[in-house]
Formats: sequence, C-alpha cells, structure tokens
Amino acid sequence: MAPEGCALVTGAAGGIGAAVARALAADGWPVGVSYRSDAEGADRVASEIEDGGGRAVALAGDLRADDAADSLFAALEEHFGPVLVLVNNAGVRADGLSPQLADEQWEQVIDTNLSAAFRTTRRALGPMLRARFGRIVNVASVVGLRANAGQANYAASKAGLIGFTRTVAVEVARRGVTVNAVAPGFVETRLTEGAGNGIIDAIPARRVGTPEEVAACVRFLTSEAASYVTATTLTVDGGLSA
Amino acid sequence: MPTEAEVTTDRVEQVIFDGLAEVGADREQISRESTFEALEVDSLDLVEIAQIVEDEFGVELEGDDVKDLRNVGEVIDLVVARSS
Repeated sequence: MAPEGCALVTGAAGGIGAAVARALAADGWPVGVSYRSDAEGADRVASEIEDGGGRAVALAGDLRADDAADSLFAALEEHFGPVLVLVNNAGVRADGLSPQLADEQWEQVIDTNLSAAFRTTRRALGPMLRARFGRIVNVASVVGLRANAGQANYAASKAGLIGFTRTVAVEVARRGVTVNAVAPGFVETRLTEGAGNGIIDAIPARRVGTPEEVAACVRFLTSEAASYVTATTLTVDGGLSA
Repeated sequence: MPTEAEVTTDRVEQVIFDGLAEVGADREQISRESTFEALEVDSLDLVEIAQIVEDEFGVELEGDDVKDLRNVGEVIDLVVARSS
C-alpha cells in the first residue's frame, strides 16, 4: 500500500501528460496538473478528473526557471501532501539540421526536456526517501535511442534523460524509490504535428500510438506491481526501435 | 516550521539522533562523537538526514555543506549555527 501523497505530472495540459494525469487519478492519486502556457487545457484536465470523482489541481510554472520546481512542489504539497509520484513529461521540440541549429534552439530543448527534469527530480527525492516510497517516470523518446535527422537537440535531451534515469535509479533503489523511463515512438499529439510524414511505413504496427497507450505504461511503472522495476526504459513505439 | 526559539542544541541533537536511528544506525552507538563511518551511515543516509533537518527546522543542507563532516556533533553544530 502506497503512503499518503500525490502525483505531479509536468506538461499535463494535453497529449501524453494529460492522459497520464487521468490515468494516475484513476489509480486514486491526487494529481498536480503542471503547465507552462496552456491554462485552459490544464484547467480542463483538472476539471475532468474532479468530475470523475478524483482530486486534481492545475499549477502554472515555467520549469526552465531555477526556482520553478521549488514553487511548484510547495504549492502541491500544500494541496495534497508530499509528491510520491513524479512524471517528468514536459517537453518541446525545435527541429533543424545540426549545422543550422541556433544556440537558442539547443538550449531551449535541453533546458525544458532535461534540466527541468533534473530539478523536479532533485526536489522530489528527499520526501520520497523519507516515505520509503517513490515513483519517478521520465518521458523520453525513441529518438533518444535511435537517430532521427533534424532532431539532434531533442535526441541529446532524451538520451540524456535515459542516462539520468538509470543513474538516479541506482542511487535510490534501496529506499523503495523506483526511477524509470518510457520512450514513446510516434504518438499523435500537438508536439508531433508535422513530424511524422511518411513514417507509418517504418512502424511495424503500421499506425501511430495514442497518448493513452503511453499513459498505460506510465501507470504500470508507478504502480505497486512495478515495485521491482527500476532503471529501465520501456519503449512504447509499435516496434519502431526494434 | 518551528520558531527560532525552539531550535535548541538539545532539540537538534534529538532530531538527528532519531534520524540516524531511522536510517539504520545502531541507537546504542549514536553520540556526538560517533563518526558516520563507525555508524555505517553512507551518503544516501546523509541525504535523508538533510531532508529530516529541512522538514524539522527549515534549514537546507546541500552536498557541499555535509561532504566534509565526519561526525555527528559537526552536523548538530552546523544545523544550530544555520538556524540562529
């Protein structure tokens, strides 16, 4: 039985994050629906959860800011107690071939997809260690495992996230805290709009995935049933990375 | 967070002794003079002690703060100094 606490999902105003927030709420977790700019989307997700009998709160914050994680956690702890499930899902793309990538495109993607996950994880671990329970799931990408031209910044951020996942996992494993990643392939969300032209033929399943299919894997990794699963990256890609 | 007046050396000592026992140190062996090595307290245990100190006293101990500390009394003195 998991101790009293709550879940935080970053980038949860839509797409995979929203589906994860709904899935965790269905498991009984009060959920912090974190967002940067889409207040309407986050409010809608939180309302849907509450209408379904769950508990949720939408929380604004740009996780690229140094103190954003502290503010976000403090607000959520006040609402629902310690964060015992953290899903680092917030992510951006700024595609371009490497010779033409601007510093700003590089930094924006690394800061949001990788550095923000480090800061939220660092903030989450103390209370998880004390609770002798914690679940962290980082939403990586198959692009962190295999090349995709035009996404060097995104690939670096997601490969970094996978290495970060493994290392933190072994640091805290003996305290009942698990740290895993999921690596979605091509999933139909706003983030992937326009990115998958012609990709269907390369996917063995011959279709794109849904946010709910990724959320189901996150839900498993955050469950009691996954208590002995840590430091792994679960691909959710219809066989794309095989 | 407790008020400043409540952060006495005795109170800090009690919280840290309890915290050390919570992370697995033998309570009989815990004293101000005990080294972390003798108590078999490792770096992850110290992270947890830092979290306990933050929860109880609002004092943040970061990696650089504790890396050179060798015994329990040094941690107690640091927390008392930071909270005053």
